[in-house]
Amino acid sequence: MARKLKLRIWRGDATDGALKSVEVDVNEGEVVLDVIHRVQATQMGDLAVRWNCKAGKCGSCSMEINGKPRLACMTQVSSFPEDSEITITPLRAFPVIKDLVADVSFNYRKAMEIPSYEHPKDLAPGAARMQQVDVERSQEFRKCIECFLCQDVCHVVRDHEENKKSFAGPRFFIRIAELDMHPLDILKNRKQKAQEEHGLGMCNITKCCTEVCPEHIRITDNAIIPMKERVVDVKYDPVRWLGSKIRKREGIV
Amino acid sequence: MATGVFSELRAKIKERTLRTDKWWLQPLITFAVLFSFIIYATFRASENKYYYLEPLVSPFYSPCLSTACVEGSSPLGQPFNNEYFGIGISPALFILIFPLGFRMTCYYYRKSYYRAFWMSPPACAVAEPHAKYTGETRAPLILQNGHRWFFYAGLVFNVLLTYDAIIAFRNEEKEWGHMSIGTLVLVFSAAMLWMYSLSCHTCRHTIGGRLKHFSKHPVRYKAWTFISALNHKHPTYAWISLFGVAFADIYVRQVASGAWTNFYLF
Repeated sequence: MARKLKLRIWRGDATDGALKSVEVDVNEGEVVLDVIHRVQATQMGDLAVRWNCKAGKCGSCSMEINGKPRLACMTQVSSFPEDSEITITPLRAFPVIKDLVADVSFNYRKAMEIPSYEHPKDLAPGAARMQQVDVERSQEFRKCIECFLCQDVCHVVRDHEENKKSFAGPRFFIRIAELDMHPLDILKNRKQKAQEEHGLGMCNITKCCTEVCPEHIRITDNAIIPMKERVVDVKYDPVRWLGSKIRKREGIV
Repeated sequence: MATGVFSELRAKIKERTLRTDKWWLQPLITFAVLFSFIIYATFRASENKYYYLEPLVSPFYSPCLSTACVEGSSPLGQPFNNEYFGIGISPALFILIFPLGFRMTCYYYRKSYYRAFWMSPPACAVAEPHAKYTGETRAPLILQNGHRWFFYAGLVFNVLLTYDAIIAFRNEEKEWGHMSIGTLVLVFSAAMLWMYSLSCHTCRHTIGGRLKHFSKHPVRYKAWTFISALNHKHPTYAWISLFGVAFADIYVRQVASGAWTNFYLF
């Protein structure tokens, strides 16, 4: 049975904007994206919202719902108290384009800065063989749907625009970790680059990226902290550095 | 110039956060607990008494290596002076540097105190009050990269505190085969410290996390899998071990000062 739901939706663009109150019907089992679509269909025909799969797999409908970065298609209306008002805004770490649509191109620029996989020179195409135990760590990171909620919530760029130049963000730290843990990747200095060029050292491990990840990737525990430890191996641990010079040790490149 | 969520091109929203839940509660509790522990540990470290009563020794004063340590509390001897520049210094002040360093550089505690004490950020999607942020890229926070050295030191302390717990299976006449409430307290404290150390991210990395090929190191892979399972509970062990060690000290203090009686079970 339908009931009335109170919403506050941010309307505007980069020059100005405000939260607009609206009341809309909501049915049992509906998600926030459903009610946004109903508002769009009945009351705000020009409301801009980005969406695609409505199944939590495309990462398009990222926005902030009651101040928390979430996927609108995966947020049940029934998860909020019935008499409460729900506030919906665009992602606040990125420039706004219009209404609920943010410009996330920062992430695409950062993606291009990450050195890609480098295949062993002496291994012919098609000849590569890998054991499951060697790739399962990286497979967790491949679940990423690039919704950029982790990038949005990360205070390093959310609260400090000036850090965007030197900080890649959690989504790209899992990409770096995925490649550094790849059993066949031979690129040298990936760890140093993570620290010196992609800003791994700026992360202070407050775990917000892990808290908001809709794919439940343990970004901090399984990617960022292991990468920080690998950076310590090559930059801040003289014993391991010396060991790597005397005897080539696995993983220390 | 406005930065962060108030930057020029971002959505014009005047609130620092639009969260409606009690986001402030967790950092507040963390602050209260850690601050209370700091006050208590400072008081106990400078008190310099009531830390030993055969067979119990407080973890705050173990290993007691200074000439000021009370008789019987120094199984490793007393190689260090207790006076420097004419000032008598409590042995606990030297001892606590290592566990304090381990906890201060711990990846879990970093999250906790960056949020609770430094508000960087106070909670997820709550704007922090600082105008600039450089993270752990320069002094003093770059020293957080020394966590593994404190981890190694912590393992040595775990061995020593385990020794203290084993010694507590003696009675006041140094006869073996006895168990008191104090024995249970010290055993629990030492066991939780081991769990905290073994579940540590640095331990996980050292055991096998740094490898590229698990398939070439099946034993280390098994060990890494086990440590990874413990690592899920690292925050729990961090808190339980903190309370465990604090309670062990409180218990020994109360027994050594005569306020409580250490009941023997057998």
